[in-house]
Amino acid sequence: MWGKSLRALGALLYFAFAVMQPAFAVQPDEVMKDPAKETRARELSRELRCMVCQNQSIDDSEAPLARDLRLLVRERIAAGDSNRQVIDFLVARYGEYVLLKPRFEGQTLLLWLLTPLALGGGAFGLWWQYRRRSRLAENGRDERGALTPEEEARLQKLLASQASETME
Amino acid sequence: MIAEAGHYALVLALALALIQSTVPMIGARLRDPALMNVARSTALAQLLFVGLSFGALIALNVMSDFSVANVYENSHSMKPLIYKITGVWGNHEGSMLLWVSILALFGGLVAVFGNNLPLSLRANALGVQGWISTAFYLFILLTSNPFLRLANPPLEGRDLNPVLQDPGLAVHPPMLYLGYVGFSISFSFAIAALIEGRIDAAWARWVRPWTLMAWMFLTLGIAMGSYWAYYELGWGGWWFWDPVENASLMPWLAGTALLHSAVVMEKRNALKVWTVLLAILTFSLSLLGTFLVRSGVLTSVHAFATDPTRGVFILLILCVFIGGSLSLYAWRASSLKQGGLFAPISREGALVLNNLLLTTACATVFIGTLYPLGLEVLTGERISVGAPFFNLTFAPLFVPLLLALPFGPLLAWKRGDIAGAAQRLYAAGIVALVSIAVLWAWVRGGSAFAPLAIGLALFVIVGALTDIAERSMLFRMPLSISLRRARGLPRASWGTMFAHVGVGVALIGIVCETTWNTELISTLKPGDVAKVAGYELKLDDISQRQGPNFGEMLAHFTVSEGGKVIGTMTPSKRSFTTRAMSTTEAALMSRGVSQLYISLGDTAASGAIAVRIYHKPMVLLIWFGPLLMAFGGLLSLSDRRLRVGAPKPAKASRSLQPAE
Repeated sequence: MWGKSLRALGALLYFAFAVMQPAFAVQPDEVMKDPAKETRARELSRELRCMVCQNQSIDDSEAPLARDLRLLVRERIAAGDSNRQVIDFLVARYGEYVLLKPRFEGQTLLLWLLTPLALGGGAFGLWWQYRRRSRLAENGRDERGALTPEEEARLQKLLASQASETME
Repeated sequence: MIAEAGHYALVLALALALIQSTVPMIGARLRDPALMNVARSTALAQLLFVGLSFGALIALNVMSDFSVANVYENSHSMKPLIYKITGVWGNHEGSMLLWVSILALFGGLVAVFGNNLPLSLRANALGVQGWISTAFYLFILLTSNPFLRLANPPLEGRDLNPVLQDPGLAVHPPMLYLGYVGFSISFSFAIAALIEGRIDAAWARWVRPWTLMAWMFLTLGIAMGSYWAYYELGWGGWWFWDPVENASLMPWLAGTALLHSAVVMEKRNALKVWTVLLAILTFSLSLLGTFLVRSGVLTSVHAFATDPTRGVFILLILCVFIGGSLSLYAWRASSLKQGGLFAPISREGALVLNNLLLTTACATVFIGTLYPLGLEVLTGERISVGAPFFNLTFAPLFVPLLLALPFGPLLAWKRGDIAGAAQRLYAAGIVALVSIAVLWAWVRGGSAFAPLAIGLALFVIVGALTDIAERSMLFRMPLSISLRRARGLPRASWGTMFAHVGVGVALIGIVCETTWNTELISTLKPGDVAKVAGYELKLDDISQRQGPNFGEMLAHFTVSEGGKVIGTMTPSKRSFTTRAMSTTEAALMSRGVSQLYISLGDTAASGAIAVRIYHKPMVLLIWFGPLLMAFGGLLSLSDRRLRVGAPKPAKASRSLQPAE
């Protein structure tokens, strides 16, 4: 029953099942024995820049430098470093440039905060605008409906002349 | 002779652009129809002369006239004809000439099809186009002349960068430029509206088709570029958050926001000031993209030019146009009258939310792309901003966007009923929840990300279909009536449906590819078999071949599944002698919408060859999505309302709304 209804969803699910195998992006000889440590190494590799490449992480790159860095990451993990220590070690050695995700600190404050600020600021601006306009509309002074003093005077005159006409 | 003629035609085009940028605008000021009509003839004449100039450069490349520096540097007599033609825009000078040709093309189109525009609006808009063309003609003639001769013509050229010798070059840059430059029309119209101090719903109706056209081309251009990178670069990646890609993504995000806000302006006469700002920003981002790519300020595959004088010139153009237009906006925007009011829960409200999220996404890409540059200039400190940053900041913005997307078209204008819309989205919600549960069970407690994201994508797809089903009263009326109602729906509604389905389809592709991609890296000798994702790939043999301007090593694979042979794949490596460069030509085999992908590495002394084999599930959906989006755009563009350019009677359109 289950199997059939699942297959009805088509190729999507087929692939979900068929492809559930570990993938190796790195060379077979680099892989660590402990799968948990290897997973950590892969996750870290994806956040580190291959400094001689255009825009690749060391996990993607075939450059010799990327391989050296991958091995270095695994060496540090094998030595019992935490993820944080590995990152600190690499930054101390190669500078902030090695991180594809810059750290949250003084000089990257604007980089990290712009998205929430833009979203929050935009939402606040919209709310403020909405409130202002609906209050204006309530007071019957919607910008579109508002009359200039001259128009007001003309209207009064028209009303007055109409009133005098009906009186006649 | 041809080179000189091409050069001269370009100078004439500059002279015409100077006339176009002054005379019609003076005419608009003096209300003189004769002066205003000058815009039309200069725009058409400009198109003619730029066309001649561009044709001249193509002719020089086809004839392999190596006395022209540009041809010598980028061509080779043995290069296949198609790359002699496409190579014209595979370099800095030629691609700038393509840029102005497309600019002139759009100017010409406005001149031809703009007959229903008010004369002064057309004159002012074409005048602004004239300013843009003047700036770029000057840029080409002063810093990037493609027609320069060499004193001692060499016998043979230096050939085109091998990575660019691909059919992708025939399509990707022209599409991208049609998108980038197409947004200049909405920009010019926005500036014209600010100059006149008058803007109304009709303005939005005139601008929308141009925006839609530019957006379609940009969508296709980006998708095409992504597919090209996927098969040519040999890493199997399709989006790298490379600054050059970001440069094209920013105008796309802003342009998508512009399309949606223009709808509000056209239908409800609201959001005028915002729409004008978006039109300015979208083209400004296109200019920024041109600057980033053309000035060589970024070092990446696409940046061929590294001459600082060019960079400074484009930066100047950038500052004048962006600074000027924003100042004009600040000065005049308050003179534009505000439009109708609406409740937060309404179609307008949904489109405002769309705009908020898309512009925030755009701002995120902007800061992520430019921050490292700015920081380096200011402090000398170098940082990298790559995929992990964007995954963390950009991607989450799409969750609320996609959740809200199906609600938008179901809400009424002015004041909507969110409970009613939610009720109509029951089916979509159920499909999404069931698929999340099923997928989660299938991955056996693995990461929840993929099932949730696919559920969201299905919600978007079914939600988009729901809108059409509701409006054609599917399942509530006999099928024949429903079909008739569906046919009677405006094409724009079908366009919306296809575009929104495309978003969901692309998301499914992205999620499946990133989550369930299988990779095998190995060294194989002839006779070896590699097993990937249930497929067996046998390396039969390795052969050599001589191409027109390259030598090629091919590896022949036989692919079988469950012991049955299903085909062969032949990845290759090409070495181009003139530039001493090599390219990997990946072999692709599509199985449904999934692909097997082989690219070759180095050959060892033993005769074994390094190969990288990927199985990429559902990967083609990543590009089918944008195709659907562009098709939706095309349908909308063919809508009678936009074609005719006259408002439809309100009654007719109301009768097609679902009964509330």
